[in-house]
Amino acid sequence: MTSETAMLEEFAQREYEFGFVTDIEADSIAPGLSEDVVRLISSKKNEPEWLLEWRLKAYRHWLTLEEPNWQNVKFAPIDYQASVYYSAPKQKPKLNSLDEVDPALLETYEKLGISLYEQKVLSNVAVDAVFDSVSIATTYRETLEKHGVIFRPFSEAVRDHPELVKKYLGSVVPYSDNFFASLNSAVFSDGSFCYIPKGVRCPMELSTYFRINAQNTGQFERTLIIAEEGAYVSYLEGCTAPKRDEHQLHAAVVELVAMDDAQIRYSTVQNWYPGDSEGKGGIYNFVTKRGACRGKNSKISWTQVETGSAITWKYPSVILQGDHSVGEFYSVAVTANHQQADTGTKMIHIGKDTKSTIISKGISAGFGQNSYRGEVKMMKGSTDARNFSQCDSLLIGDRCGAHTFPYIEVRNSTAKVEHEASTSKVGEDQIYYLRQRGLSNEDAVNMIVNGFCKEVYDLLPMEFAVEARKLLSISLEGSVG
Amino acid sequence: MLEIKNLHARSKDTEILKGINLYVAAGEVHAIMGPNGSGKSTLAHVIAGREDYEVTEGQILYNGKDLLELEIEERAAEGVFMAYQYPVEIAGVSNKYFLRAAMNSIRKYRGESVLGRREFIAQLKENLERLGMDMNMMDRSVNEGFSGGEKKRNEILQMAMLKPKLAVLDETDSGLDIDALKIVADGVNSLRSPERSTIIVTHYQRLLDYIVPDKVHVLADGKIIRSGDKSLALELEDKGYGFLKELAAS
Repeated sequence: MTSETAMLEEFAQREYEFGFVTDIEADSIAPGLSEDVVRLISSKKNEPEWLLEWRLKAYRHWLTLEEPNWQNVKFAPIDYQASVYYSAPKQKPKLNSLDEVDPALLETYEKLGISLYEQKVLSNVAVDAVFDSVSIATTYRETLEKHGVIFRPFSEAVRDHPELVKKYLGSVVPYSDNFFASLNSAVFSDGSFCYIPKGVRCPMELSTYFRINAQNTGQFERTLIIAEEGAYVSYLEGCTAPKRDEHQLHAAVVELVAMDDAQIRYSTVQNWYPGDSEGKGGIYNFVTKRGACRGKNSKISWTQVETGSAITWKYPSVILQGDHSVGEFYSVAVTANHQQADTGTKMIHIGKDTKSTIISKGISAGFGQNSYRGEVKMMKGSTDARNFSQCDSLLIGDRCGAHTFPYIEVRNSTAKVEHEASTSKVGEDQIYYLRQRGLSNEDAVNMIVNGFCKEVYDLLPMEFAVEARKLLSISLEGSVG
Repeated sequence: MLEIKNLHARSKDTEILKGINLYVAAGEVHAIMGPNGSGKSTLAHVIAGREDYEVTEGQILYNGKDLLELEIEERAAEGVFMAYQYPVEIAGVSNKYFLRAAMNSIRKYRGESVLGRREFIAQLKENLERLGMDMNMMDRSVNEGFSGGEKKRNEILQMAMLKPKLAVLDETDSGLDIDALKIVADGVNSLRSPERSTIIVTHYQRLLDYIVPDKVHVLADGKIIRSGDKSLALELEDKGYGFLKELAAS
């Protein structure tokens, strides 16, 4: 075995940095799922009747659905009765300031590199921290409220702004949308709610940091972002989980609504625990993310860097309803060890002169399997709509796989759809060349992989680009520090 | 500087180098000539450390060190540079970023301080000018979309920036028109110094009109069959490789 190959082996067996467990007393309900559990969750959150009704409809619908099996990933059947659907760290019910947050929780976020103390936050980012099923702290609330921006845990939004939640909840991803969206609608516990009023450019990046801590617990959060006419918001999502031997389910729903001339940028750095080198444990990340460009000239961009999870299965999509609206999807997905990813996007062009861009970069190492699945639909009224898709795959080693499944449906003769795809291997020639110039094996692979992802990194908000690069280098770290 | 003793090397099951002996003193320029398949490029790659080749016998001493014991990047940090016949492309990595990372990696190995941005740019500018290259090229990805001539020039630029002690130029003249050849030769000549040695691997003698070698060696079937001064290259051009092969056989 050449040392290049050895290096690639090491790449394939990267270590997970955030696998620690926080020892904190939790208020968890018994495992299992039933109407009573749905009612219990709703009552724990003191929800209004209409929301309970909505949950119950979702639950009853879910019972009629079968778990889908069309995806290019393999996993043993999930026992939905074995999972815990609600777990919250025990603490005082109402917090007036961060000082009242359990220090163990604050420490957890510090360890993750996220300070919840505003004065310690270097950049201009407001953070909502979600720990298992509940949000524990939201920073910069007052500053944001001065601008009329509402950014708070979902459960508080239900209490304080029921009219907004009622109007938009399920308006992009209905409770009947798919198996996991229905499950989420029935049992979702918390998440983030953002509302940017007309004409407001959100003065800072908004961010939610998700952490699964408790054992056998599924995380089912919901995020709802609404940008009114002419509003702008950039939203960041990060996630980690402890190392555990059993798989944990994360089935979130994210809904975005952009009205006339509004713009939403949604960036994710997903670093859920991917399982060990044997493929034991790790998060099942089965998420439904969809944005609706309702207004004319509106724009929604999804940028994702997916390095974690045992299985990633998601398609952040855009419904281009408003004329001249724009949808974008930029993705870097890494699968190493036994990780599997089936990810991509859907761009549904309804309005005239709508435009979408898809750039997907898949990196496979070890036994990783990486699939891009994308659907571009040009509906009857989408006169002069355009789409450009580019899917590039990079293979590291020879036991991994890359797959591309593009679906294109065109019902308007003026629409233009372009699709480009490439697959390349990290070449031993490239590594040899870089090493001959003095770079170590690891630095060489890092440089090649980062170069491959550059187009997408350039589109991430500054802070996240740095984090994404760091995450990839950690992923690439071998024996040398 | 460099001493190669009875070097045997093979790729898979084929023996390519069959007992090379070569001594290159500091400050000298040696040309290795020979027909296709004679093992010239293999010799260059064995010096650089390419892992496709297995050294089965012999030794390479470089400034007293056993070169074959060093990793590829350690050889680079010790001052061995190879200008490739076919430089590879690295998408998404700018020349500027790559060059500075390479220089700093070597400086780190040598226990030197990190090269600052300003100093780096100053050095880069100077060398670009000398090679008739544009700064814009440095923002483009490594060798991506470069013409054959641009790639070769980029190799010489890297050499000028990294200032090696031993430079091995593998068929640097192939694919170059006469103007590019002159620029490349000027670049190499300007780096000639009493501490720096150069090995030029070439099929044709035309590059040697511009870079005058101290010694010329002819390689055939994995062995150096004849060594001489510059006139050997001219004789070879005149009579062709066939004549030497006969000589070797007799």
